[in-house]
Amino acid sequence: MHKTPLLDQLESGPWPSFIKDLKRVAGRKKSAADLLGVLERSYKDKITHWKHGGIVGVLGYGSGIIGRYIDLPEEFPGVEHFHTVRVNQPAGWFYTTQALRELCEIWDEHGSSILNVHGSTGDMIFLGTTTDQLEPCFAKLTAKGWDLGGSGSAMRTPSCCVGKARCEWSCYDTMDLCYQTTQHFQFDMHRPSFPYKFKVKCSGCPNDCVASVARADMSVIGVWKDDIRIDQAAVAAYQGGEIKPRGGGSPYAKLDVKADVTDLCPTACMSFDGKKLSIDNKNCNHCMHCISLMPQALRPGTETGATLLLGSHAPILEGAQMSWVIVPFMEMEAPYDEFMELVGNIHEWWSENGKNRERVGELMLRLGMRAFLKGVGLEPVPQSVKTPRANPFFFWHAEDFEAEAAGRKYIK
Amino acid sequence: MALSKAELVEFIYDLVKNAQGKKQLKAMDLQKAVLKANPDQDKNMVKFAIKELIDSGRCVYTYFGGSFVEIPHEEGAAKKV
Repeated sequence: MHKTPLLDQLESGPWPSFIKDLKRVAGRKKSAADLLGVLERSYKDKITHWKHGGIVGVLGYGSGIIGRYIDLPEEFPGVEHFHTVRVNQPAGWFYTTQALRELCEIWDEHGSSILNVHGSTGDMIFLGTTTDQLEPCFAKLTAKGWDLGGSGSAMRTPSCCVGKARCEWSCYDTMDLCYQTTQHFQFDMHRPSFPYKFKVKCSGCPNDCVASVARADMSVIGVWKDDIRIDQAAVAAYQGGEIKPRGGGSPYAKLDVKADVTDLCPTACMSFDGKKLSIDNKNCNHCMHCISLMPQALRPGTETGATLLLGSHAPILEGAQMSWVIVPFMEMEAPYDEFMELVGNIHEWWSENGKNRERVGELMLRLGMRAFLKGVGLEPVPQSVKTPRANPFFFWHAEDFEAEAAGRKYIK
Repeated sequence: MALSKAELVEFIYDLVKNAQGKKQLKAMDLQKAVLKANPDQDKNMVKFAIKELIDSGRCVYTYFGGSFVEIPHEEGAAKKV
């Protein structure tokens, strides 16, 4: 066992430490012992000793395995190869205990025993194995009905919030869309053919529990078209303290509906006269603030679907971006033909025009929203205006004059 | 004139082989090169031709800051375990 004075300090705090876990595994796995050693060395040297990528994988797939090597193989032979295996998670991250046991047994046999549940990609991440163990591990996984997730310049494993399985706010079945999208784009998940990564994340409501607006190239966020449903008696019960704020988890005895709810509405579309709550639904931007504070009094409407946004990513060629509305409302019912067709069109436009390592959001910025909409066959809509009045210039195509003359309508 | 499936596989293999060591090609680079030489080629056939090359082990996917299609080769960082 390596001496790890710097890592040992991480065990001294009040929270559970990953160092403690790794030391426990190091008793039976040489790779975990050397992993601690190389981490200590990195803390000391203040540089990483890892390199990632390369040619490792399983036959037929270009995704799901991320090669990892260290630059000090003589010193730490147990992690000379320490490849990552991404296992496609079930939609909503629901497992049976039996499934978890099977996964752990496979990884105990073929890898370091160290898991990341779950990686920010959404997949279950198996951390650390050698090249010769990749095929046997993959064979065992597939025999139990598992598959590898996406990596590299490919469709990444779609992920979703728990949706209708556990949340009454979900405006569509996120788990079903996630599963169907995973099935529909199997070819693109396992065989990288895009300029760079493409992530789809599905949130059931604008609370966006999977943070799709910031983490997914394609963010699918549940929304409603009609009015917020109000139970005025429950509003009065919140105001009177009969219903406790945050289910009793708040230090406050009761909610001040005006100060806590209506005065904090970002579009000021709500009012409360002490007895009755009124909402000007036309001006509501579906931020979920009021519904989140008074879940027993307010509910999303019944005409539900999703808003599609495109383009978020961490800094790569450009700085970080949030997703941009491209379709304000789409009904989300199986088999999701309209959604699948649109995603396919976006892939085609991006693959045709994108540079190496250029995310679709960066391409949209480089070529412009107009080129994007034309390329994928979408109509321009007011909700796509990201920065109103930022650009006073209009550039017209010849066909725009014809469409205007024919009476084109911008708001349908 | 569009290539047959077997001709297409060989055409793509030659593209990868001739670029090896000089330029790393992505799947889309291969598709663009095929369509440039054979404009009426079906794009889907190109995808499946690459799949055939990968499944047979004649080509592999690699990742070096992006995913590429290459001829299998020994990786510099990989020593025998």
